[in-house]
Amino acid sequence: MASEIELVIQPRKGWQAIDLRELWHYRELLGFLLWRDVRIRYAQTILGGLWAVVQPLLAMAIFTALFHRMAGIQSDGPPYPLFAFVGLTAWIFFSNAISAAAASLIGNQQLISKVYFPRALIPLAAIGAFVLDFAVNLVIVAGMMVYYRWPLSAGVVWLPVCVLVMLVATAGVGLILAALNAHYRDVKYAVPFFVQLGLFVTPVIYSLAAVPERFHLVLGLNPMTGVVEAFRHSLLESPARWSVIGESAAVSLVLLVLGLYLFRRMERRFADVI
Amino acid sequence: MGGPAIIEVERLSKSYRLGITRAPFDNLREALFRGLRAPAEAWTRLNKRRKEDGRDILWALRDLSFSVAEGDVVGIIGANGAGKSTLLKILSRITDPTEGTVRIRGRLSSLLEVGTGFHPELTGRDNIYLNGAVLGMRKSEIDARFDAIVDFAEMAAFLDTPVKRYSSGMYVRLAFAVAAHLDPEILIVDEVLAVGDLAFQRKCLGKMGEVSRGGRTVLFVSHNMAAVEHLCRIGLVLEGGRLVFHGSTKEAVEYYVRSPAAEGPGAESHSTDLSRAGTRPPQFRPALRRLELFTAGGAPLSANIPVGGYFRAEVRFALERPTSSFDVSIRFDDLLGQRILAVNTAFDPAFERREHGGELEAVCEIASLTLTPGSYKLRVALLVGNTEIDVVEDARRLTVVPSDYYGTGRMPRTGTFVVPHRWSLR
Repeated sequence: MASEIELVIQPRKGWQAIDLRELWHYRELLGFLLWRDVRIRYAQTILGGLWAVVQPLLAMAIFTALFHRMAGIQSDGPPYPLFAFVGLTAWIFFSNAISAAAASLIGNQQLISKVYFPRALIPLAAIGAFVLDFAVNLVIVAGMMVYYRWPLSAGVVWLPVCVLVMLVATAGVGLILAALNAHYRDVKYAVPFFVQLGLFVTPVIYSLAAVPERFHLVLGLNPMTGVVEAFRHSLLESPARWSVIGESAAVSLVLLVLGLYLFRRMERRFADVI
Repeated sequence: MGGPAIIEVERLSKSYRLGITRAPFDNLREALFRGLRAPAEAWTRLNKRRKEDGRDILWALRDLSFSVAEGDVVGIIGANGAGKSTLLKILSRITDPTEGTVRIRGRLSSLLEVGTGFHPELTGRDNIYLNGAVLGMRKSEIDARFDAIVDFAEMAAFLDTPVKRYSSGMYVRLAFAVAAHLDPEILIVDEVLAVGDLAFQRKCLGKMGEVSRGGRTVLFVSHNMAAVEHLCRIGLVLEGGRLVFHGSTKEAVEYYVRSPAAEGPGAESHSTDLSRAGTRPPQFRPALRRLELFTAGGAPLSANIPVGGYFRAEVRFALERPTSSFDVSIRFDDLLGQRILAVNTAFDPAFERREHGGELEAVCEIASLTLTPGSYKLRVALLVGNTEIDVVEDARRLTVVPSDYYGTGRMPRTGTFVVPHRWSLR
């Protein structure tokens, strides 16, 4: 009955990337964890899934009243509410997903200390659970475009690529924060603060057009700068600043690779320190 | 043994770095002061650690080598802290070894807990799928066994109820039902049978027996020696992280019961210091101070008490706040881990309680301790309002020696108790 598979357990040393083949093997479990996270997120709330749209809609209303009407901030073409909402859709996905990913390992310590599976599934499922909210918000975007009679641009074919880059950035940052948080609980206090600040260094409220050219390269280091720009270009035909988008995409990729290596290195001791 | 090795463990070691324990903050000023200093201290610690000679390192497992043949059912025995759980965690890949190699040739499932991954907000049905997936089942496998799992748990009516509304018994039944339908080549089971009601425990033991007769390789950890002897053919005894015995279960159990580690603390004195006892579960802060035992005529009782002898225990403890709703209990367990007898202030209708804070002494008298000859572990607990606030497991050992209890020179060789009794002919 003994099968041909032989598993060798040994101390692991040095840097290794996450075993992608193993992740693929456990894809069903990823699905179950993701589905669990979706199911329990809005359990015992009155509004339930509506929370997914309440957050960006309220933020959009406040931004429009405060920054657009009162402070006079302009969009780079489309009506300001539409402009702000597209940015918020991406930003809120990113901020919710990385916060959930950062807290995910601590929230699942029972699983980690009692059963084996690739640990990366936990933060990845936490991130994946917000993709649903994101998709719902894209539907709202479509509704708003109809309402404002804003034509769909041909750039929409790039939308899947934009989503992919956003997921790469989110997974990279999420894995890094999750791994660090397991060892150093400082992360728990730092994340909410940096998420708040992040909104201001991402062109959600304002357009990059309003920022002096010489700051563009610095802002591009924030992966979400390029993602928001790319979303606006593909959905609303805002002018695209390709250098910034390219820079952010490159940073996203670097973050993901770094996240995969760092997570793998730190995951060995998760069960001991968590 | 026979058959090829399905698990090979070679020179396996695991060390933990002991955390640096610091005194709790005494006041707000100190807390603030230390909070400000913490980053600097953490930095010096990190730097020092790299050069540290390893004095704060604990070896949970040391140089373990053994192999398990296909189809073997192996019981792992040892006192708390002997390294049983660490071994299972390494075999289940939850934690990495520090040194050594393990080779596993087959699909392995481990059951270190029942209901791992259960989420209280999800329904029974959802949790069967989630738990099954966490334990390594494919969705198609869960689909195929779903009805059998529900039947085994006997709870078809509650499938669509969130498990947070389940009683703890129902919860355990469902969790075990999922686990019982795993179909691995190697099964690793930690002390999971200690939960649930008696009837269900028996059903689980039956299922385990079925599993082991099915030619499957099983590694089983339990404190219940009767279960180990009943289920396992081969026993491993761990002591202080080392493998000290590897042989038949019967011999392993005998070895364990006779070994010095099983003899326990305070073997020579009638008095045991409970405030620093190493057998206090980590969640408790010491409130129990001292246990003193006496026998007939007030003589100190250090080790042996005759069957039917007078027994007096004096338990000294401290109450943080004045209260009258405290209780003290002493439990007698045999060395196989079976609970034999419990005495408790709550059981005595004549016990006069009064409100009290600070140090107190509770005295328990048993006019005639009618346990049969053998060794017993005493577990002492302090309760306030029915909640245990301090427990010392295995506080000390007591040996009951044969006596002429019945006045006939005869003593039963089996059983747990002697009781006065009369016979007559008609």
